[in-house]
Amino acid sequence: MLGALACLVLLLIGTMVAMVLYTAWPSFRSNGLAWFGAGAPNQGQLDDIFNSPANPAAYQYELRAWPMIWGTLLTTAGAVAAALTISLLSAIFIVEFAPPRIKRVIEPVVRLLAAVPSVVYGLVGVLVLVPFVGNLLVSERRKAEVQYVVQLTGDSLLVAVLILTFMITPIMVAIMVDALRAVPRSWMEGSAALGVNRWRTIWKIGVRAARPAIVAGVVLATARAIGEAIMLAMVSGSWFAPNPLDGFTFLVEPTRPLAASIVFYLEGRTVPPLGQTLAAIAAVLLISSLFLSLAGWAAKQPLKRYGIV
Amino acid sequence: MDPLTPPHAAPLPPPIRRIAVDRSPTTVAAPAAATNGHGHGQPSGIVGGGRHAQRAGRAGVERMRLEDLSISYGRKLAVNRVSLPVRQGEVLALIGPSGCGKTTLLRSLNRLIELTPTASREGRIMLDDQDVDRMEVTHLRRRVTMVFQQPNPFPMSIFDNIAYGLREQGSSRPRREELEPQVIDALERAGLYGEVSENLDHPALRLSGGQQQRLCIARALAVRPEVLLLDEPASALDPRSTARIEDLLVKLRDEVAIVIVTHNLQQAFRIADHVAFMYLGELEEYAPTDQMFGAPRTQRSRDYVSGAFG
Amino acid sequence: MSVEAPNRALGDAGPTRPMESSATWPRADRVGLGLAWAAGMLLCVVAGAIVLYMLFRGLQYLSFELLVTRPEVANDQSRSGGFLDPIIGTLMLTVLGTIIAAPLGVAAAVWLSEYGRPSWLARLVESGIEVVAGTPSIVLAIFGLLIFSQPLFAFLSFTAEGNAVFGRSFLAAGAMISLIALPFVVGATREALNAIPSHVREASYALGKTKAATIRRVLLPAVRPGIGTGTALGMGRIAGDTAIPIALLGATLQLQAVDGPLGTLRGTGGTLTTYVYGNSPAGEGNAPEKAYAAAFVLLLVVVLLNFGVDLISRRRQVTSWTR
Ligand SMILES: Nc1ncnc2c1ncn2[C@@H]1O[C@H](COP(=O)(O)OP(=O)(O)O)[C@@H](O)[C@H]1O
Ligand SMILES: [Mg+2]
Repeated sequence: MLGALACLVLLLIGTMVAMVLYTAWPSFRSNGLAWFGAGAPNQGQLDDIFNSPANPAAYQYELRAWPMIWGTLLTTAGAVAAALTISLLSAIFIVEFAPPRIKRVIEPVVRLLAAVPSVVYGLVGVLVLVPFVGNLLVSERRKAEVQYVVQLTGDSLLVAVLILTFMITPIMVAIMVDALRAVPRSWMEGSAALGVNRWRTIWKIGVRAARPAIVAGVVLATARAIGEAIMLAMVSGSWFAPNPLDGFTFLVEPTRPLAASIVFYLEGRTVPPLGQTLAAIAAVLLISSLFLSLAGWAAKQPLKRYGIV
Repeated sequence: MDPLTPPHAAPLPPPIRRIAVDRSPTTVAAPAAATNGHGHGQPSGIVGGGRHAQRAGRAGVERMRLEDLSISYGRKLAVNRVSLPVRQGEVLALIGPSGCGKTTLLRSLNRLIELTPTASREGRIMLDDQDVDRMEVTHLRRRVTMVFQQPNPFPMSIFDNIAYGLREQGSSRPRREELEPQVIDALERAGLYGEVSENLDHPALRLSGGQQQRLCIARALAVRPEVLLLDEPASALDPRSTARIEDLLVKLRDEVAIVIVTHNLQQAFRIADHVAFMYLGELEEYAPTDQMFGAPRTQRSRDYVSGAFG
Repeated sequence: MSVEAPNRALGDAGPTRPMESSATWPRADRVGLGLAWAAGMLLCVVAGAIVLYMLFRGLQYLSFELLVTRPEVANDQSRSGGFLDPIIGTLMLTVLGTIIAAPLGVAAAVWLSEYGRPSWLARLVESGIEVVAGTPSIVLAIFGLLIFSQPLFAFLSFTAEGNAVFGRSFLAAGAMISLIALPFVVGATREALNAIPSHVREASYALGKTKAATIRRVLLPAVRPGIGTGTALGMGRIAGDTAIPIALLGATLQLQAVDGPLGTLRGTGGTLTTYVYGNSPAGEGNAPEKAYAAAFVLLLVVVLLNFGVDLISRRRQVTSWTR
C-alpha cells in the first residue's frame, strides 16, 4: 500500500516527461535541429507563433532558440562559477576558521539567504540593482554606441548573474558544510600530525574528501539556476544574445534565458502552437535537469575508487 | 629473517623469555650495543648505513622532556603533573589501564591536543631544550610526528600519501620525480616497499590493515621526524602485522626517538627500553623495562604488571 | 551544553598558548585564509543588506490598511486597495499544498526507510524524488497546465464554453505546488526515521506488535519533529514560489470563486508572490510601494516558517553545528 503510494512519484515523473515531450513534439518536428540554432530575434518569432492563424494546418512554429539557450548558459555558468568559489571558501571558513561567535551568526544567515523567495530577490534586483547599473555603471556614451543594436537599460547579464549567485550559494554552502564536517577527524588529525597547516589540511584533505558533495552541490545549484524563471524575468531584460567580444558592454547587455521566456508568454499558451512551443522550452529544461541528476551521479563514480563515498 | 619473531609467528604463549635474554643489554646504558646485536638480521637497504652510524653516536641523548605536565578536558583532569624524559636511541613505552591518560599525554607532545577545543594544558614540554610552546606548531609537528591507533591513510594513492607531508611543507611544490626517492626511502624504512613497489598509484585504502598502518608509519617517517609518537599502533592489527611493526620500531629507534602507547604489556616488554606506567592520570612509575617487569617499585605497578604475566 | 561553554572560553579568554597562527604560513595559504574570511563576511553582508533594506522599505510602505483591504483592478495601482486577497491566496495555497505533500511525503519516507523492498524499486523511488526536487518549478507549472486542462481533471477548475477545461484553480495549483514541498518532507522524515536506533523497533516487535502498529504507535510519534521540520521548510518553499501560482492560479488580483461546491478552491486567485511580481516594474501594475510592502509581508512569513524550523530542530539536537 505504502509502496504503491511511493511509486506514485515514478508515475508522476513518467507522465510529466511523456506529456511535456508529446506536447512539445510539433515544435521540434517543425524546426528540426535548427530549433537550437541561431537566427531571427526570438521576440518576433514568438509573436508570430502567438499570432498563428486558427487553422491548424497554418500554425506557425518557426523558432531559433539559441539566444535563449545562450542566455541560460551564460547566467547559469556565471552564477555557478561565482557561487562555487564563494560557497567553497565560506564553507571552509564556517567549518574550520570561524570563531564560535561568528559561526553562530552565519548559520542562520545561510539559511535566510536560501529562504528568501526568488520574487523578493527579483524585486530588489529590479528596483535597486538595475537602476544602479543602468544609471551609474553604464555611461551615456556606452549606451549611445550600441543604441541601434540594443538598449542598455540596466536589465543585464551582470545583475542576473549577481543575484542568481546569491540565490544558489546557500544551497552549496549547506551541502559543503555538511560534507566538510563529515570528513573523518582521523584524516584531518593525520594531516595535522605531519606538520601540515590548517589551511592546507582542510584544502587538501577536507575539500578532497568532500568532492562528491561538492559535485552534488554544483548539480543542485545548476539545476536551480537553469530553472530560475521569475527572478530572471524581472532583471535580465529582453531577448538578446550578449556577445563576449563586447568587453564590459557584454556584462551589461540584456538577455532572456529559457525559463524566463516561458513566463512572458504564459498568457498566450491557449494558442496551441505557442503552448506547444512553451512545452518545447520546458522540455529542454526538463531534459537538462534530468541529465544533471545523471551527471551528478556519474561524476561520483570514479571517486569511489579512493574510498570517498 | 626476523630476529624477534619466528616466521610462523605463534603469538601465544609469547616468546617473552627468549627475547628477554636476547635483549638483556637493551637498556638505556648501552643502546648502541643492543642494536648492533640485532643488526645481523636486517635485510640490507632498510636503513642507510651512514645514517645509522651517525645516529648511533647520539644514542641515549635526551630529546624531549616533560615537566609537570597536566592536561584537563574542561574540569576533568586527564593527566596530572607528569615529568618524563624521551630519549633518542631507545623506545619509550607508555602503559596503563585504559582511560589513564596515555593518549592524552602522547597527543600533547606535538600539541595535537590543541585540536580538541576543550583541552587545556599546564606544565612545560621541551624539545631539545626549547619550549614547544615557543615553536611554530607546524615545525614542531614535523619534528614530532604521530601515528594513530586506527590506520588512517588518506583517500589518495599510496605515493600521494607518502608524498603528502613533503608536498605540503612549504610554498613550492616539488615535482613527482623529485619526491620519488624520498617516498621510496620512507616506504623502505617502514618495510613496505617490497609489497607495494609495483602499485604506488593504487588507492591506499585498498591495502590491508597492517599494510595501512605501516603506510602511516612511512608517511610519518617521510617528513624526517626526530620523535615518532605511536598510539597503540598495533591494537587494530593481527599478530603477524603486529610483529612486523614491532620489529620495525626496534630498527628505527636509533634514528628517531620513539614513544609508543600500548595496552599490551608483552609488547612493551618486547620492544621498549624504558617503560612509563600511568595510573589515573599520574605517572606511577618510570623505569627501565627489565626493572619495570622484574622488580617494579610500587605496589600498583606490581599488580598491573603481574596481571600480564601472572 | 558541555560543548558550548569551553568553546567560548577558548575563543574569548584566550588559552595560555596561542592557537596555530597563520602568520608563518606560506603566502598562498594566507591569501586563501583571507579569501575564506571575505567569503564568509560577504554572505553576512549580503543577507544583512537584504534584510535591512526590506525592513526599511516594509516599514516605510506597509500599513494596516493594506493588509485588510482587498485589491481592486484599476489603472492607477497606487490607489487600488491593499493585498488582503493575495494574503488569503498564499495561506490557502500553502495549506492545500501541505495537506497533499505531508501525508504523501511521510508515506514515501516510511516506505523507503521501513520497507524499501524490492530494493531496486526503492532506489528508483529515491532518485525519482531527487528528480522532482531538481525539476524547475516553471516546468512543473507547464506540466500542470498540460495535465489539468485534460477533461479528466475538469472537476478541479471551471469549464469554459466549448468544453475547454480552464486548468487553473487553487486545487490545480495546490496539487502541483505540493511537489515542491514533497522532497523536504521525505528528506526530513527519513533522516528522523534513520536516527531511531533499531533496538527501539526490536523492543516493539518483542512486545508482539506488528510492523504496521510499530510504525503507527512508536516510529511516527518519534519522528514528529522531523516531519514538522520538513513540512515547515516545504511550506516556506510553497509560500515563496511564483512560477506555479502565475501559471496555475491565474495570478488574478482578487480571489474569483466559480459557481458550485468548493467554488473558491476551484476558482482562481493570486498570492503574495504573484502580487509582488505583478506590481514590480516587470509586471503590469508597477506600484513599487505595494510590491515592497507585500514582499516584506512575504519575507516575514517565509522567515517565520524557517525560524519555526530552527526552534524545532534546536530542541532536537543542540550540537548540530559543533563538531
Ligand atoms: N576529548 C575528550 N573530552 C573529554 N574527555 C576526554 C577526551 N578524551 C579523553 N578524555 C578523558 O580523558 C581521560 C584519558 O583519556 P585517554 O588519554 O584517551 O586515555 P587512554 O589513552 O589512556 O585510554 C579519560 O578519562 C577520558 O574519558
Ligand atoms: Mg588511548
